[in-house]
This record gives sequence, structure tokens and C-alpha cells, in this order.
Amino acid sequence: MTEIRDEEVLATAIADLLDGARHIAVGMASPLPATGALLARERSGGAMQVSILGNAKASRWTNGGPELFDLAGRGGIDGFFLSGGQIDGRGNINLVGVGDYPQSTVRWSGSFGSAYLYFVVPRVILFRWEHSRRTLVEAVDFVSAPGTSEPGVHRTGGPIALITNLCLFAFDRDRARFRLQSVHPGHTLDEVRDNTAFDFDLPETVPQTPLPDAETLRAIRGPVAERVATIYPVFARQVFGAAIPAA
Amino acid sequence: MTTPETLAAMIPDGASVILPKGEGPDAPVALAKALIRRGARDLHLITLPACAAPVSGMMVDMLIGAGCVARVETSGVSLGELGPAPAFNRAVTSGAVTVTDATCPALYAAVQAGGKSQPFATLRGIIGSDLERMRDDWVVIDNPFQPGDKVVALKAINPDVAMFHAPMADREGNLWIGRGRDLLYAAHASKVVLATVETVVDTCFYDDDALAAGVLPAFYVSAIAHAPGASLPMRMDATVDLDAVRAYAGAARSEAGLQDWLAREVFAARSAAE
Repeated sequence: MTEIRDEEVLATAIADLLDGARHIAVGMASPLPATGALLARERSGGAMQVSILGNAKASRWTNGGPELFDLAGRGGIDGFFLSGGQIDGRGNINLVGVGDYPQSTVRWSGSFGSAYLYFVVPRVILFRWEHSRRTLVEAVDFVSAPGTSEPGVHRTGGPIALITNLCLFAFDRDRARFRLQSVHPGHTLDEVRDNTAFDFDLPETVPQTPLPDAETLRAIRGPVAERVATIYPVFARQVFGAAIPAA
Repeated sequence: MTTPETLAAMIPDGASVILPKGEGPDAPVALAKALIRRGARDLHLITLPACAAPVSGMMVDMLIGAGCVARVETSGVSLGELGPAPAFNRAVTSGAVTVTDATCPALYAAVQAGGKSQPFATLRGIIGSDLERMRDDWVVIDNPFQPGDKVVALKAINPDVAMFHAPMADREGNLWIGRGRDLLYAAHASKVVLATVETVVDTCFYDDDALAAGVLPAFYVSAIAHAPGASLPMRMDATVDLDAVRAYAGAARSEAGLQDWLAREVFAARSAAE
């Protein structure tokens, strides 16, 4: 287990984006974002609250489903993760389906809380493992939640970044555009270009996404892996193997 | 105290039925199966706010696959970690079922408005999404107290029926729901509330303040069936028999497989139990 895994690089990049946050919420089936959030929590010395939705034991809600949204509305959730069957260059996300609504040719599960949380959570990290022209599109077929809003629309939150299996983009809210921030180790700028259907900005030189340092790796493979294993046992076994104690 | 079959007979064809999200053991699977056996038609399902956990998603999916459903209003339907809900996806893409797409806090707000007998609730967010554009029961209005500030007015939801599974009923017919507050919101908004319960106790929850904090009072509840295991394949400790859901998901990948599954697991299983 000395070789650094892709998941560990991505979890580190996610944790960097969440530095200083007080309370992060993570959706149900999001083991890698959860790993990043739990790493950020570990780095905070436990001061950061991480609520894993859909897992009663890993959250502290007492007012049912509305509480997450009510808390986010009053500014109490600093970070959240959203994905999309399609994500476009303006930060719009589509969780509904491909083709003409409502009789989509491909139907996904639905928009969940995106059409609210995208508006009120200051640091939304877009996460899409599959980086391809069918996922990162020029314009989404259905807007579950828009990347930016017109003046006059209450908007205290929105996307700050998009992370994929190839790279990390930062989002510029004023220009409603992504800017390539770094390319993950083992991948190239050409690969990113070839697999992205939307236009994005480029820095003069494109850095590599940083590898986790020794201290970060110890945290990921130790306390973070143990915690992840109690919530996502299958994922933990795949990524961390037998190195973690049974949950 | 009655049976799931009797509860199912109280839900007429065409009724709007609100369902819990099934993160805990609150999905009324046995009652859904009884609805399928009674041949319910044209139901309008409302998920509060999504049925995207393996068991709640399977419950919605089997109701759709059995032809009981005309409309689904939802923020999401899937089998959770086990992937898409096959019959739901087929029915939506073919047009056999009409889907009204929502977002979680909007469903909560509209249901809570219903529970307060108000005509609508307002909510931030949503504006500029296609969800808002596709619906005529969500309307962008000006904040009357701050002109120029736009908010969305959401028409209140008052379902005909709320149905769910709860851990306990007491001798007065109060239901103990614990932290599952969503059941409270569903019950407050609905005209008829039908529950299956895991256990019935011969005490009164109000004698113990710690229990009383998690109670849905009997005056909201229309009928209760004592039906242990009625949320299976989710057990009362919130663990799930994922193999059972996998077997469903595999069968439901084809229309014929789904009909075989229904014949075996819904129709034959009941006959065997009788």
C-alpha cells in the first residue's frame, strides 16, 4: 500500500477545497466526496462537522428531511457535493435525463435537493468521475439547477470547482466559466481537451494536481479509512483493501 | 387493528398517496404489495421527497411495474447504491407514467404548507431551472415585503392518503416514530393516514416524556395494521437484505422478468401465507 491511488489524490484535492469549513454535508451514495470531507475534518482536529445524508448514525438531525435545507438556507452548511448525468460549461447540471423532457431517451433518478442547495451553499463541489464528452457537454438537455443566476435572484452559493477522474477545474462565477486548475498525475492536457465538450479557460502553465504528503496519507489510510469503512464498507475494501480494521 | 389487505382496500383508484423516503424502516412494502394484489389503478404517488434508497425505490418501482400508477411527483426515484429503478425509468421514457419532477425542499415546503392548511409556501432557489419552467403549480412572485426580490410560490400539497410503516403503536393508537419526523409532516398534510406497525404495546407513550417526543398522535391516524416485517427487505435496525433488492433489480430489467417476480413474490407469496 505504498503506491498512491487516484482516489487518494482526489480526496486530498477535495479536502483542500473544504479547508476552514464548519459544516459539510455529503449526499448518500458519494463515498469519494465523503472521504475528502472526512479528511478535511481530520485536518481540522475534529472541529468540522460532516453530515452523511441517509445515514442516521453519521448525522445529528432531529427535525427530519427539511432540516438540512433549513440549515443551509440560514448559511449553516458551508460545503456540499453535486454531480450530474450532464454538466455544462456554464456550471448547469442535469440530473433528470437525456433528450426531450419529459419523455427522455435516458432517464436518471431526479434532481434531489440540487435546485435549492446550489443556490445557498457557498462551496459546492461538482464531482463527476467519468470525464467524457457525453458527461461534460456544451449545454445540458435539462437544467436541474443553474450554475449562476440573474441579479434579483437570491444566490449566496454555487459551484466553486469541478473534479473528475482527469482534472480539477475552478469555476469563475462572474464569467460563468470553468478554468482548468490542475491535471491529475498520469493524465495530460490533451486528454482533458479531447474529452471535454465545453470551452474552458487555461492558465499559462497547467500544474499537476498535488500528491498527498506523508502526513495526509497517514490520515487517509488511518482514521479516515476507518470512518469511511463504517459508512461505505464496499468502497473502503476496494480502495484501502485489507489495511483497515473491520468496521 | 387490521391487516395490510384492509388498509389497501381503503385506498381508492386514482388516489394521491404520499410515501416516505425509506432511509429508516418506514417504507410500507407489505401495504404496497397488498395494493398490487387488489389491482389498484391510476395512483398518483408523491415521494417525500424521494424514494431513492434500495427498499423505498423498489417499492415505488414494483407499484409502477404492476400498473398501479399513473403519475409520480418526486425529487428522485432509484434503488440507491444498487442503481436505477428499472420500471420507473421504462415507464417515464415510454410515457406510460407521467413524472412531475421536483426538488426535495420544495416538496417538504409544499407538504408543510398543506399541513398548516395554507394555500402555498414560498422558497428560494429553483429560479432559472427547468423544474420551475415545466410546472404550473410553482410560480415566481415578487416578495411583497421587498419588491424586486424574487421567490417561488409552491402550491400546497394535501395528499388523499399517507402510508408508512412505524416501529410501534400503543393501546390508544398513538404511533411512535422516533426521529422520523417526515412521517409527521406527511400525516399532517394528508386526509387519510394508514400505517403498518412492527409492534403493539399495551402502554401509553405519553406516560414517558422521552417516548412522547417521538409520537404521532392517534387523532391523525385513520387505521393501523399490526404487520411485523412490513418494511422488509429493510429490517427494523435499518439494515437491508441487499440480495433481495438485487434479485428484484435483476428480474425487473425486463418486463417479463418483472411480471414473473410479481407473480412469485407478491401474488404467490400471499397465497402461501394464507
